[in-house]
Amino acid sequence: MSTATTHDDHHDHGAPSGLMRWVTTTNHKDIGTLYLWFAFIMLLIGGAMAMVIRAELFQPGLQVVDPNFFNTMTTMHGLIMVFGAIMPGMVGLANWQIPLMIGAPDMALPRMNNWSFWILPFAGTMLLSTLFMEGGGPAFGWTFYAPLSTTFAPASTDFFIFAIHMLGFSSIMGAINIIATVLNMRAPGMTLMKMPLFVWTWFITAFLLIAVMPVLAGAVTMMLTDRNFGTSFFDAAGGGDPVLFQHVFWFFGHPEVYIMILPAFGVVSEIIPTFARKKLFGYSSMVYATASIAFLSFIVYAHHMFTTGMPVAGELYFMYATIMIAVPTAVKVFNWTATMWKGSMTFETPMLWAIAFVFLFTIGGFTGLMMGIAPADMQYHDTYFIVAHFHYVLVTGALFSIIAAFYYWAPKWTGHMVDERLGKIHFWWSVISVNVLFFPQHFIGLAGMPRRIPDYSLQFADWNMISSLGGFAFGLAQVFFIYVIIKTIRGGKAATAEVWEGSHGLEWTIPSPAPYHTFETAPEVK
Amino acid sequence: MFAKTLKGAWYSLWGAVLLLGAGNSYADYPINLTRGVTDISNKVFDLHMLIFWICVGACVLVFAVLIYSIFTHRKSKGAVAAEFHESTTVEIIWTTIPFLVLVAMAVPATTTLLALEDTRDSDMSIQVTGYQWKWKYDYLDDDISFFSVLTTPREQIEGDAPKDDTYLMDVDNPIVVPINKKIRFLITSNDVIHSWWVPALGWKQDAVPGFINDAWTELTEPGTYRGKCAELCGKDHGFMPIVLVAKTQEDYDAWVEEQKGAAAAAADAATATLTMDELMAKGETAYNSHCAACHQANGAGIPGVFPAIAGSAVAIGDVAKHIDIGINGVPGTAMQAFGEQLSAVDLAAVITYQRNAFGNDTGDMVQPADIVAAK
Repeated sequence: MSTATTHDDHHDHGAPSGLMRWVTTTNHKDIGTLYLWFAFIMLLIGGAMAMVIRAELFQPGLQVVDPNFFNTMTTMHGLIMVFGAIMPGMVGLANWQIPLMIGAPDMALPRMNNWSFWILPFAGTMLLSTLFMEGGGPAFGWTFYAPLSTTFAPASTDFFIFAIHMLGFSSIMGAINIIATVLNMRAPGMTLMKMPLFVWTWFITAFLLIAVMPVLAGAVTMMLTDRNFGTSFFDAAGGGDPVLFQHVFWFFGHPEVYIMILPAFGVVSEIIPTFARKKLFGYSSMVYATASIAFLSFIVYAHHMFTTGMPVAGELYFMYATIMIAVPTAVKVFNWTATMWKGSMTFETPMLWAIAFVFLFTIGGFTGLMMGIAPADMQYHDTYFIVAHFHYVLVTGALFSIIAAFYYWAPKWTGHMVDERLGKIHFWWSVISVNVLFFPQHFIGLAGMPRRIPDYSLQFADWNMISSLGGFAFGLAQVFFIYVIIKTIRGGKAATAEVWEGSHGLEWTIPSPAPYHTFETAPEVK
Repeated sequence: MFAKTLKGAWYSLWGAVLLLGAGNSYADYPINLTRGVTDISNKVFDLHMLIFWICVGACVLVFAVLIYSIFTHRKSKGAVAAEFHESTTVEIIWTTIPFLVLVAMAVPATTTLLALEDTRDSDMSIQVTGYQWKWKYDYLDDDISFFSVLTTPREQIEGDAPKDDTYLMDVDNPIVVPINKKIRFLITSNDVIHSWWVPALGWKQDAVPGFINDAWTELTEPGTYRGKCAELCGKDHGFMPIVLVAKTQEDYDAWVEEQKGAAAAAADAATATLTMDELMAKGETAYNSHCAACHQANGAGIPGVFPAIAGSAVAIGDVAKHIDIGINGVPGTAMQAFGEQLSAVDLAAVITYQRNAFGNDTGDMVQPADIVAAK
């Protein structure tokens, strides 16, 4: 405490070598890379589970797995994709890009940054380890409704609860770090309303995370005590209320879906202006729209619960509030359209993914609006219609934006341009197969196929087969993506500092690949 | 098998092409909500189509602008980027228009919702109780009560027999209702949350343990309408269908009489003494429809989830304890109280079966009278 240490050669440190570089790193770029690799591995694991699901649903009848394991697969697929792939993927992008985009030397809390990453592999391993336990892994859906997840759940559920706690810690610390960085580390002249939209969307997302992850922690803690310590929060026989669980869960769960999509909006708002060679249309309205969506996300959650027996006044309120979200969301789509309008567009791979995002997210947004209409939701609820809806917003929305971000920023990260031909193959392969996969699910959902069933009656057979074929093709496309990523890291055409002709912003003022330490002297933003 | 699959896939692809080409609804390619058979389900359907077409219209507008822009404003065609990047007027316009469209959607949605939720002035009430994995129907006005269990044979599910047209949509005892009566459903659950959904009625309603939700319908056409449990309720969530049969008042009254007669016959049967062979035969049937979902057809259970019957301390131990668990279940676990689900004859038979099948060979026989005495 009393000794003042000096580090004269501090700025000469490059990246340390060996495994310990990654274990002990406090460098935002290293941690960003760790997050992105973790997310990608989880994407492949969660994707493999989706392949099991689609294989079982390829034909009516039970062929591949038993119903209990099928339920475990749908549950783990959802949990892994939400908490393991999409959220860490977005945090990885934030770690790499936020300091570069606001002219900061690193994140504000670098050691906590290390910790918030390194919790994840342990939480993920613990979650996956439940698959090998007696009684099997969690089989109650990623929404883990009580009492199926309490009184009627396998013993491994306690491990699941602990894993959720750890994932929550990680997210909260990551969010605190982002807020601290954005508020304290901006370069001189980088006022809030000059921040790139990606930074803005993440800044707002971080507040959502801090607000709702503790609520999720509360929900799983109540489950824990119901299961082990004789409480009856969710047990009607003891005076509790199973629907209380859904209130608590969705108070977390609805903001959670915006946690996954707001940074995606940010990514797309960076990419489209670059390739349209035109400034983002309506920057300030984009910021306000993002903030409005974040605010509304807290007061609409019970639209997930229209069929639980809510009073009609509650149903009316949540219906009105929910459909209001369409307004700021529409504003965003209009602004992206206006940014492209009268631009000078080229269609490099990141732009293709971003445009696909705009089209397909819009479809997902509209089906979301339809489900907000309470009386119609009495039919849509818990069918494949909603499965199609949230895969349009999460796969062709959130995931596509992360892939777009890879193609956009990888030259800055690796110093190599991504092979355009391979990138375009990956894009067309993915965008066609993903629609073959998810579009028919709208039809079978409307026609009456409930979600989370391992077997179905015959009228759904043909569309399910088509959907499965699309699923296998989409899965294979992401295996191809591994090749694209590794090839880019290994070599390729050297990237310039600007990388893209229309690039704009501080991250394009530093060399490619980005040096280990950047902006040690703050840049001046005019 | 594989060739058949490939052939199926090939036809499926062509089916999709034909469908997109012809634009009409194909028998095996259902693409839309069912219109339903009640006034409410028609209202819901019309509302669905209204919001669907509004969304399609908006989609077409936005996509048309995007596609036009993508093909016109490209650098390869010599487009030069314009300078504009904000306009408060435009922002206000495109905030206001969606708002007004939403209000237009909210009006019919509100009236439909209010009608859907208005369960007042019903003519009769039926209590629907979800169980893992079956439904129980109690006719509160007629004192009729029965369980409704999937009857699709295991061989069809496992792929050892061709599947019926009503695969996974058949039950032993359908819920029977009269037409032209406002029927109120009181929906609850015995264990986890289920959701009672017959698409032709236009709604689903969750069955929550400890709470009673209500919903209503008024059918006008006799017929058979099929539905499913819509809320994940554990292993056999996909295997608890709903079959609703609507009858004319006359036929319904006859059905009610028949049910009452059956209840009396069951009471008489409870006094009979059965042979071992009779008990084992009845027991096997009852075991397969009520026990096998958890304890498995071979009695081995699922380790860590559902205990085995084969060699279990209960099934080869004290008979009275076995009967007690059969009648009252094990509170706090998935083991239900079968005393109210199975007749005394079936319970006696299934307990006898469990004590003598799967190598348990205790030689014990349980008679219906033993069950009645234990109750």
